[in-house]
Amino acid sequence: MKKSNHIKSLFAVVALTSASFGLNAQPYDPGATDKEIKIGNTNPYSGAFSAYGSYGKAQAAYFKKINDDGGINGRKINFISMDDGFAPPKTLENARKLVEQEKVLFFFATLGTAPNTAIHKYMNQKKVPQLFVQTGASKWGDPKNYPWTMGWQPNYISEGKVFAQAILDNQPKGKIALLYQNDDSGKDLLIGLEQGLGAKKDMLVARETYEGTDPTVDSQIVKLKASGADIFIHGSGPKFAAQSMKKIAELGWKPTQYVWQVSSSIGAVLTPAGIENTVGLITSAFSKDPSDPQWKTDKAILEYEAWFKKYLPGADPTDSFYIQGYMNAQTVEYVLKQAGNNLTRENIMKQAASINDFRLPLLLPGVNVQTSATDFYPIERMQLARFDGKAWVLFGKTYGD
Amino acid sequence: MDSFLLQVTAGLANGGIYAAVGLALVMIHQATHHINFAQGEMATFSTFIAWAMIQAGVPYWLAFVATMVVSFVAGLLIQRIFLKPVEKAPILTNVIVFVGLLVIFNAFAGWIFEHTIKSFPSPFPVEGMFLAQYFSGHQIGSISVTLVVLLSVFCFFRFTPLGLAMRAAAFNPESARLVGIRVSWMLALGWGMAALIGAVAGMMIAPIVFLDPNMMAGILLYGFAAALLGGIDNPWGAVVGGVILGVLENILGAYVIGSDLKLTMALVLIVTILIFRPYGLFGKPIFSRV
Amino acid sequence: MSAIFKKIILAVAVLAAVLLPFVLEDFRVFQLNLVLIYAIAILGLNILTGYGGQISLGHGAFYAVGAYTSAILISQVGMSAYLTIPIAAVVCLVMGVLMGFPALRLAGHYLALATFALAIATPQLLKYKGIEHWTGGVQGIILDKPTPPFVLTLFGNELSEDRWLYLVILAIALGLFWLAHNLLSGRVGRAIVAIRDQPTAAAALGINLTFVKTATFGLSAAYTGIAGALSALAVAYIAPDSFPSFLSISLLVGVVVGGLGSISGAIFGALFIQFVPNIADEMSKSAPWAVYGGMLLALAYVAPDGVMGILQKLKKRRQS
Repeated sequence: MKKSNHIKSLFAVVALTSASFGLNAQPYDPGATDKEIKIGNTNPYSGAFSAYGSYGKAQAAYFKKINDDGGINGRKINFISMDDGFAPPKTLENARKLVEQEKVLFFFATLGTAPNTAIHKYMNQKKVPQLFVQTGASKWGDPKNYPWTMGWQPNYISEGKVFAQAILDNQPKGKIALLYQNDDSGKDLLIGLEQGLGAKKDMLVARETYEGTDPTVDSQIVKLKASGADIFIHGSGPKFAAQSMKKIAELGWKPTQYVWQVSSSIGAVLTPAGIENTVGLITSAFSKDPSDPQWKTDKAILEYEAWFKKYLPGADPTDSFYIQGYMNAQTVEYVLKQAGNNLTRENIMKQAASINDFRLPLLLPGVNVQTSATDFYPIERMQLARFDGKAWVLFGKTYGD
Repeated sequence: MDSFLLQVTAGLANGGIYAAVGLALVMIHQATHHINFAQGEMATFSTFIAWAMIQAGVPYWLAFVATMVVSFVAGLLIQRIFLKPVEKAPILTNVIVFVGLLVIFNAFAGWIFEHTIKSFPSPFPVEGMFLAQYFSGHQIGSISVTLVVLLSVFCFFRFTPLGLAMRAAAFNPESARLVGIRVSWMLALGWGMAALIGAVAGMMIAPIVFLDPNMMAGILLYGFAAALLGGIDNPWGAVVGGVILGVLENILGAYVIGSDLKLTMALVLIVTILIFRPYGLFGKPIFSRV
Repeated sequence: MSAIFKKIILAVAVLAAVLLPFVLEDFRVFQLNLVLIYAIAILGLNILTGYGGQISLGHGAFYAVGAYTSAILISQVGMSAYLTIPIAAVVCLVMGVLMGFPALRLAGHYLALATFALAIATPQLLKYKGIEHWTGGVQGIILDKPTPPFVLTLFGNELSEDRWLYLVILAIALGLFWLAHNLLSGRVGRAIVAIRDQPTAAAALGINLTFVKTATFGLSAAYTGIAGALSALAVAYIAPDSFPSFLSISLLVGVVVGGLGSISGAIFGALFIQFVPNIADEMSKSAPWAVYGGMLLALAYVAPDGVMGILQKLKKRRQS
């Protein structure tokens, strides 16, 4: 009698102990369960930068499709995106809410340099991955000091260098004028240009900035024309790039024009500017533009368009931010797939830092996603393209590593 | 020299934009003695309505007139519904209502029409009718439209009985009621007309700066500055103020301080002028008896 | 209500406020810090606009100057965070007095416009490359939160950086509210209100309009500057984007919500501008600011005298 009681109690103890360790011995950090993975970010859905909210909307729509198709490794994605209006204090408040209250597993594609800077230290202190930061600023790839933060797209310093290289190759005696956004992105482009030009830095004869609140940049364009430059670089946001292209044509000025990737959408920028004014424009690209007829029958683009119709009905298909949000979400999907059932933050970070030659279908053929323990810049390659009135025709080699 | 002239003419063209917005603000102030902070967002929303009509195939001038009518009615209704309750309340309460309207219009514009920039057609030829190397056809066209609006507003307030009644209602509502003026309806009319002018301004501005929900954010401040520079009660003042502001901004930005302090310069300009002429360049000082 | 009873209630309230952070999680304490900071800023604006009758749509500029003063002193000079607060106050006081002079000549709309222009120009000024090596330009300045000087655990929660900062801010806020209450219910307050309501009579009675008006501006700026400096510590990062023109509008909204000319109303104003956008965000994903705008409108119709106005009305009803 006593022995069976002992056995029963021993059994009970063992059972209880196993139960307290969880019937499933999967390694999970907050936000991960058998059924769900909770992830989050902030975007400016309101305020002066609300145009960038399209990134977040695309990401939400993408994960909706993933969930409709069964989720990742049997788990649904619970994606929470909060509005910070591009104000760093709000970004921090939202980040703390998502980490401390909602208990998300990790962040990805938080938008903007200032917002990401506001939470940079916090995320690393709390050891929560801050993945695929949605800004082209160059400081996010610093694994030694900030092992939990990683960039995503080619940064603007690289782009500036590529433009400089192309100019040195094709117009070594040219004079360059630059209109750039008065923020860190625009300044990074300028830094890249100057670095790329090296000893021939004074080829850059004129530079002007503008504020988002400026009604037009006509005055800046007139001033830049007066410098006698024969090369013009657009480092301005979509609205102002379109205005600039139009004004340059109105003034009868015909410089060789370069435009950075931010404002290179055929539908959103070149068409309003006037197609006839934009033939010959050069940009650097790393992904396929859906409004570009050369990709009309491309499988990845067709898939994108089908998704767009179903999950973003009524949205503007010429908005290039949607496709970037989509690709960023796809990168996250890849990392989660690689992580399998080991959903700790440490493993997520490990998987993100070991992406080997992943070819996102919407990336240009020569471009890949590549990271390592010392390389926290996932996408670095880009190619030059020239606008022929209908499409961005790629030319030259693929830059970057 | 050529580039200097280009800066001046670009400034004149910009000034026309500021003047157009300034006129709407003057209209509202003459009718209600308030400054409507939501004016910019209302104008943007009207422009979106026009855009939607044009996208649906409505010919330009029909859409133009229809938008004017819709905006007029909307302005009237907004005054009846949202501003009548706070007619007698202190200024700050009214300011809160304006801010609320500003935020609501902006939010709806973004929600319904999205944030990508849209091009808005211009009814004028591309080439300038004269001085073509300095002005585009649209710039000349929109400046002309602004001048027409200016003349209409001026004549309305100066020469028509209705205009007189509106000014009286704003200046002295009590006395105005005593002579039989329906003060409340005067205010509503004033709002309707201001909304109409704002819509015209928006439709003239959009082809240049492109249409998006935040189109008027920066322009509104310049519009205020133009109106105040000229004297908030004076439509001529708004136009002159706008022109001065546009030209000075460009000249100073190009030759004196550089474009990264343009906004600051506008601020300093406003404050300086207001220190020496607190009622604007053409405004009449208002004296109150003890 | 006897005076002693009121004092006991006050003491209990203060004690509750001190203990509050230890029963809330860190993130909530962070939010409370922001509320207290906004309350100080709103109180500052109320001194100028509610009592003084001078409309300012540009107080975000003083907030920014206070924040940058503190941040620059900490990051470039290595000064102790606590010492930077009074310095920020003095800097903003001077700035406010200087701005008070041109404001003397501007009334109503004109002052609103001039200050609004200041609010819009502030981010651009902060980005100016001439002062970039001080301000960090677009990149802003990253700070460390002050470390708590001692270890303490109450109700199972330890004295974290956020909780320590809360106590510091609370102490400063209580001091500033007490100061405002004393100033404004005495001769100074009466002078300010007299100038607002009947400037001619006030001057005739010998009140120095110039002195009082500029001093009001300065005091108002100092309060808001202190709030800005504290915000730099609470968020541990400032950038030009932290001070958009909407901040100035929000502060004014806070003043009206709380109740013009009310000191304790500032807390309600602060709660409104801190939490209502969050609530609106949860109510509507597609157009949360439309909800916010709707609430503003409702406020203007239902409670034009702010929360304090409603409380006064309820009090009167109970007494009658």
